[in-house]
Amino acid sequence: MNWEVIQSYLPLYEKAALLTLKIGWLGIAFSIILGFVCAIIRHYKIPVLHRIVGIYIELFRNTPLLIQLFFLYFGLPKIGIAIDAEFCGVLGLALLGGAYMAESFRSGLESIEPIQTESALSLGMSRTQTIWHVILPQAISSSVPAFVANIVFLLKETSVFSAISLMDLMFTAKDLIGLYSKTIECLAMLVIFYLIILLPVSIVGSIVEKKLRFAGFGE
Amino acid sequence: MSEVLIKIDNILKKYDDNVVLDGLSLDIHEGEVVVVVGPSGCGKSTLLRCINALEPIQGGMITFRGEKIDGRSKTITALRQKIGMVFQSYELFPHKTILDNIILAPMKVQKRSRADARKEAEELLDRVGLLDKKDSFPRQLSGGQKQRVAIVRALCMHPDVLLFDEVTAALDPEMVREVLDVILSLAKQWKTMVIVTHEMSFARAVADRIIFIDQGKIVEEGTPSEFFDHPKTERAQAFLQTFTFDKVEKEA
Ligand SMILES: Nc1ncnc2c1ncn2[C@@H]1O[C@H](COP(=O)(O)OP(=O)(O)OP(=O)(O)O)[C@@H](O)[C@H]1O
Ligand SMILES: [Mg+2]
Repeated sequence: MNWEVIQSYLPLYEKAALLTLKIGWLGIAFSIILGFVCAIIRHYKIPVLHRIVGIYIELFRNTPLLIQLFFLYFGLPKIGIAIDAEFCGVLGLALLGGAYMAESFRSGLESIEPIQTESALSLGMSRTQTIWHVILPQAISSSVPAFVANIVFLLKETSVFSAISLMDLMFTAKDLIGLYSKTIECLAMLVIFYLIILLPVSIVGSIVEKKLRFAGFGE
Repeated sequence: MSEVLIKIDNILKKYDDNVVLDGLSLDIHEGEVVVVVGPSGCGKSTLLRCINALEPIQGGMITFRGEKIDGRSKTITALRQKIGMVFQSYELFPHKTILDNIILAPMKVQKRSRADARKEAEELLDRVGLLDKKDSFPRQLSGGQKQRVAIVRALCMHPDVLLFDEVTAALDPEMVREVLDVILSLAKQWKTMVIVTHEMSFARAVADRIIFIDQGKIVEEGTPSEFFDHPKTERAQAFLQTFTFDKVEKEA
C-alpha cells in the first residue's frame, strides 16, 4: 500500500462519494414516496391502478438495475426523451426502490388485522381518517426493518451507475485503475468508502428498530 | 313503551350462499338492554356488525331513529358515532396511549378541543378506576383493563346505543367481573345496549329482554325470568341445558 497514492486520490474519491450519496439518497427518498403510494394502491385494490402497479412491481423487481438504467439512458432518447445521467440515476433508483419499498410496506399493511379498521370505523371515523391515524402508523413501524434492508440494498446498487458514465465511486475506481494501475489502493479505497456510506445506515437502522421494539406497542 | 331507537326489519345476510341471518326482525327501544344469546355460529356477531354497517345486508332494512343505516351512504359516519361498539378482542390502537386512544375520535371526528376531550376522558377513566393508566400503552394493561378502556373509548363519543360482542370471552375468569360491573353500572343509567354474551347469570342480571337466536332466526324472546326459568321452545331448552351440569355419579 502506498499512502501517498491514497492521499492523492482522496479528493477524487470524496467527490465521487458525494455524488453517490446525492443520487443514492434522492433516489431512495423518491422510492419511499413511490413505494407508499403503490403499496396503498395495491392494498386497497384501487381499480385499474392496482393492476398497473402490480405489473410495475413485478417488472422492476425481476430485472437488474443495470438493464433498467440502459433502457432509461439509451432507450428514452430514441423516443425523443433525453435525460441527463444524474437524473437517470435518480429515476432508475427510485423506480427500482419503489418496487421493493412497495412490497415491504404492503406486507406491513397486511400485518394489521382488518378488525383494527372496523374498530376505528365504529367510532365514526372516515376511511381516510382510519388509514391516516390508525393503519399507517402501525404499518410504517412494522415495515421499518424491511425499509432499512432496502435502503442498504439500494445504496449498494448505486455501484452500477458507472455504466451510464456517472462519476460515482465505482467509476472513479475503475478509471484510476485503468490510468495508473494502482489496483490495490484503488480497490481498498472503494471498499472503505462504501463502508463509510453503508455502515452508519445499518447501525442507525438497527437502533431505530430496537427503539421501535421497546417503546413499541405490539401486543 | 319508549321510542324505537333501532328497527331491524326482516334482514337477510349471507356470505356467498351461506345464509347467516334469515329474515330477522327486532326493535330496540330507547333505554332498553337487549341481550342476544345463542349457539356458536348462529349469527350473533354478524347481527351486531350489520347494525353499524360493518357488514352490508342483502335484504331488509335497518333504521336508526328512522334513518336508514347503509355503509355506502354519506351519513354513515354520523350514524356510527351514535352507535358505539366494543369488541371481544378490545381493538385498542396499540401505537397510542390510553388517553390518546380515547380522545382520537372525539377530536378528529367530533372536532372537540383536546382539552375538552381530555377532561371527559379522564373523568370516565376515573370512573372505571383506570385514571393512573392514562399515559400507558395498551400492551401494558391486562385484558380486563383494556376492555374497560375500550368501553370508555366508546362512551366518550356519547353514543345513543352501545353494542357489546362477547366482551368478556377473551378474559381470564378473575377479570370478567370488573368488566361486567362497568356494563351493569351503564344499565343503571338507562343506557341503551345490545349485548352478546355467554355469561348467563350476567345476562339474567342485566337484560330487560333476552333474544335467543338459532340458525339466523329469532327462535324465542322474553324477559330473563321467562327465558331462563320457563323456556318455551325445545331449542332454547336444549341451549340452556348446555350451561348446567348434573352431579357426577361415580361408578362403584
Ligand atoms: N367474513 C365471513 N365470511 C364468511 N362467513 C362468515 C364470515 N363471518 C362469519 N361467517 C359465518 O357466519 C356465521 C355466523 O357467524 P357469527 O360470527 O355471526 O356467529 P356468532 O353467533 O357470533 O358465533 P360465536 O358465538 O362463535 O361468536 C358462521 O357460520 C360463520 O362461519
Ligand atoms: Mg361472535
